[in-house]
Amino acid sequence: MLKEGKLFFEIYLHFSLLVDLNNDASLLIDIPDALCERDKVKFTVHTKTTLGTFQKPEFSVSRQHEDFIWLHDTLVETEEYAGLIIPPAPPKPDFESPREKMHKLGEGEASMTKEEYAKMKQELEAEYLAVFKKTVQVHEIFLQRLSSHPVFSKDRNFQIFLEYDQDLSVRRKNAKEMFGGFFKNMVKTADEVLISGTKEVDEFFDQEKTFLLDYFSKIKDATSKAEKMTRSHKNVADDYIHVSATLNTILYIPLSIPLSRHLEKLADLFEKLRKVEGRVASDQELKLTELLRYYMRDIQAAKDLLYRRARALADYENANKALDKARLKSKDVAQAQQHQQQCLQKFDTLSESGKKELTSFKGRRVLAFRKNLIEMAELEIKHAKSNMALLQGCVELLKSN
Amino acid sequence: MAAERDTPPLGSAAAGLADFREPEDGEDLFVSTASTLESSPSSPEPASLQVEDVSANSNGPKTAEILIDDDQDDLFAEATEEVSLDSPEREPILSDGPSPAITPVTPTALISNRIEPKVIGVPSMFERSLDEVEEEAGGDLFDINISVSDPEKVGKTSLTIFNQSEFSVKRRFSDFLGLHSKLASKYMHIGYIVPPAPEKSIVGMTKVKVGKEDLSSTEFVEKRRSALERYLMRTVKHPTLIQDPDVIQFLESSELPRAVSTQALSGAGILRMVNKAADAVNKMTIKMNESDAWFEEKQQQFENLDQQLRKLHASVEALVCHRKELSVNTASFARSAAMLGNSEDHTALSRALSQLAEVEEKIDQLHQEQAYADFYLFSELLGDYVRLITAVKGVFDQRMKTWSKWQDAQVMLQKKREAEAKLHLANKPDKLQQAKDEIKEWEGKVQQGERDFEQISKTIRKEVGRFEKERVKDFKVVIIKYLESLVHTQQQLIKYWEAFLPEAKAIA
Repeated sequence: MLKEGKLFFEIYLHFSLLVDLNNDASLLIDIPDALCERDKVKFTVHTKTTLGTFQKPEFSVSRQHEDFIWLHDTLVETEEYAGLIIPPAPPKPDFESPREKMHKLGEGEASMTKEEYAKMKQELEAEYLAVFKKTVQVHEIFLQRLSSHPVFSKDRNFQIFLEYDQDLSVRRKNAKEMFGGFFKNMVKTADEVLISGTKEVDEFFDQEKTFLLDYFSKIKDATSKAEKMTRSHKNVADDYIHVSATLNTILYIPLSIPLSRHLEKLADLFEKLRKVEGRVASDQELKLTELLRYYMRDIQAAKDLLYRRARALADYENANKALDKARLKSKDVAQAQQHQQQCLQKFDTLSESGKKELTSFKGRRVLAFRKNLIEMAELEIKHAKSNMALLQGCVELLKSN
Repeated sequence: MAAERDTPPLGSAAAGLADFREPEDGEDLFVSTASTLESSPSSPEPASLQVEDVSANSNGPKTAEILIDDDQDDLFAEATEEVSLDSPEREPILSDGPSPAITPVTPTALISNRIEPKVIGVPSMFERSLDEVEEEAGGDLFDINISVSDPEKVGKTSLTIFNQSEFSVKRRFSDFLGLHSKLASKYMHIGYIVPPAPEKSIVGMTKVKVGKEDLSSTEFVEKRRSALERYLMRTVKHPTLIQDPDVIQFLESSELPRAVSTQALSGAGILRMVNKAADAVNKMTIKMNESDAWFEEKQQQFENLDQQLRKLHASVEALVCHRKELSVNTASFARSAAMLGNSEDHTALSRALSQLAEVEEKIDQLHQEQAYADFYLFSELLGDYVRLITAVKGVFDQRMKTWSKWQDAQVMLQKKREAEAKLHLANKPDKLQQAKDEIKEWEGKVQQGERDFEQISKTIRKEVGRFEKERVKDFKVVIIKYLESLVHTQQQLIKYWEAFLPEAKAIA
């Protein structure tokens, strides 16, 4: 099913973590398909636009994950965007888990029946596909957040990303040489200290700071726990496969003839149950685990904003000190004053835009949680009802014989 | 049934066990109670048991009917009984009252819970002959109730082989092992499938990891209790074994001589080990001329079944394990979600997250209960059958040994004849008489050997038939119960999520 080469599939399950994305008809982006080659995923980014800034009204390009990272990094390192929440970069496509399982399956092939092996393989291929879908969607959402943002949608690099019909690898290399990942490293290590260390006079930011720092650690924990829960569900589904397969073997032993009808029904039941169980696992993953994971990253992006603001505040305070010093020495006062004014302005702009961003972020988050929690509950109910119908049907059959 | 399942699995057991006396030597005291109830008015004479001749082409002479009292060891030749058949709702194996086995025994409530007597079903091999027997002797139908519980439990019987009509006794775990040991030594070598006793070592008994709690004492005791109960039920269901004096004594006597032979390092224990080893060697060296295809086929089938059942058992054990993991992980997530809800500053979302945490907490309980059902209903059933099949295989081996003995006797007879012929030529009249006597002796042994072989073959055919029939009923009953536990879990899931849905929708 999953072979090397082009893989077409329908994204029937649009997991829109954010609402009202891609609504603006002036710039519509989607990833209609992707290619899985060895370890590399190649995304087809398709754009439809009415904006005059683009050369054509509709076009597609091929992009790799690294191109998305490049785009994200350039946004992060753009001064003007310091007061905005930069949409979190999509995580690297990770096929490690299904690949490892596939390897183990290959090793254990001898101990299973052909049918069992085929079913396990099927499950694994579905898992591959799910990872694949997830990574496409998360890359797509990244672009859609940019396109629906009044400021980011006009970004020059964003346009290049969408439009440039050549390989972006040259640009990526240049960017690395320029920035060398310096800023990113700094952010990772220093932001906690800086954010929590700075005294906050603004009540809004004070609250946000407290909230975001605490919330981040809680949501990170919740994400990993949800992940474990999903894995256990998958394990149960896999066990059903083995039970079903062995029952199918047993019913052919002549000793089992009086029981063979029952065993057949039971084997069939477990086969159906495992499909439902598998769905439960993947739905939970999409609606819960992925939701938590995405907002964990988004909260990190919000924290990064706070960090930049804190940095700007620190700069302003330093400029103030420098001004005082200059006044004392009566040297370069005008220069110092100008610098101080610049810092203040930068800080104020950042604070103003930051406030707006953080407020709309909360609204976005609440809506996304609402949507996904409702959908998850509805799916759980649906699957439980399916299970019940299957089970009751089997019980009836067994009782009636 | 749903109502009963709401009781926490081990809650009442813990309470009950609080008054559990500390047994000596760290062995558990189990109370074994037997009760038999008459379900129809009886005539003073018990029915005789007619068995159809199952062996179409047995290795021995055909006999029209085999009465149980043909068995050499049966001291109660007259007291055969007819045991009535189960109706599907009855639970021959698990006798915890109407609630499933996952609910442990609550000490005092047992009798009141038991509305209907439990009936032990006899495989429908007797179904056909039931009518005949009823006509013939106005057959008594006796029901036998067995429960293994902690405190006294009273049962009734009107079976004439028992002294009282109601009784309950206290037994140690080693007593059960001792009983099995005696029965095995008495019956297996003549072809009876003696139900195996639960294993002594808890580690050997199961590979199931317990998850949240380590193999706590309550869970250990419950596992053992449940296993002992099933063991006893299977034993008394056997029409021959129920009449065995050791069984009767076990069920009835207030005092039981301490079973010494189960101690591993005792003389008897060592002897058993040696015999087991010898058996293993013999199996390899005996090449039997199988004239009866039935035995060859069945042996092969049992071999297959053994393999597959072990595999299935392993899969179900994995399922139990993973279900327990799921429960643990769900609980862990619930706690995390609660923390997240506390941290959330949007009021409505915070509330919804807290509700989610509560739902997940309830669900984790569900998973845990389901894991118990997975284990006690499904996994243990399979484990029992794996052990039973080992007993079946043992009985086939005994047949081989019996054949071998017969062959050896024939060889010996031949030797004696040759020796006699030699003496004839050598003309030694005094030694000749001895030789003639020896020939007579060995002729007798050859005849006996042949009879034994035919008898064991016949018994095994009968036993295998009984085993096959019993398995069907056994399996059906337990599986239905298990599936119903799964249904219950799904019902609860629907309930919980439907309660949560409006909470999620209320986020504004």
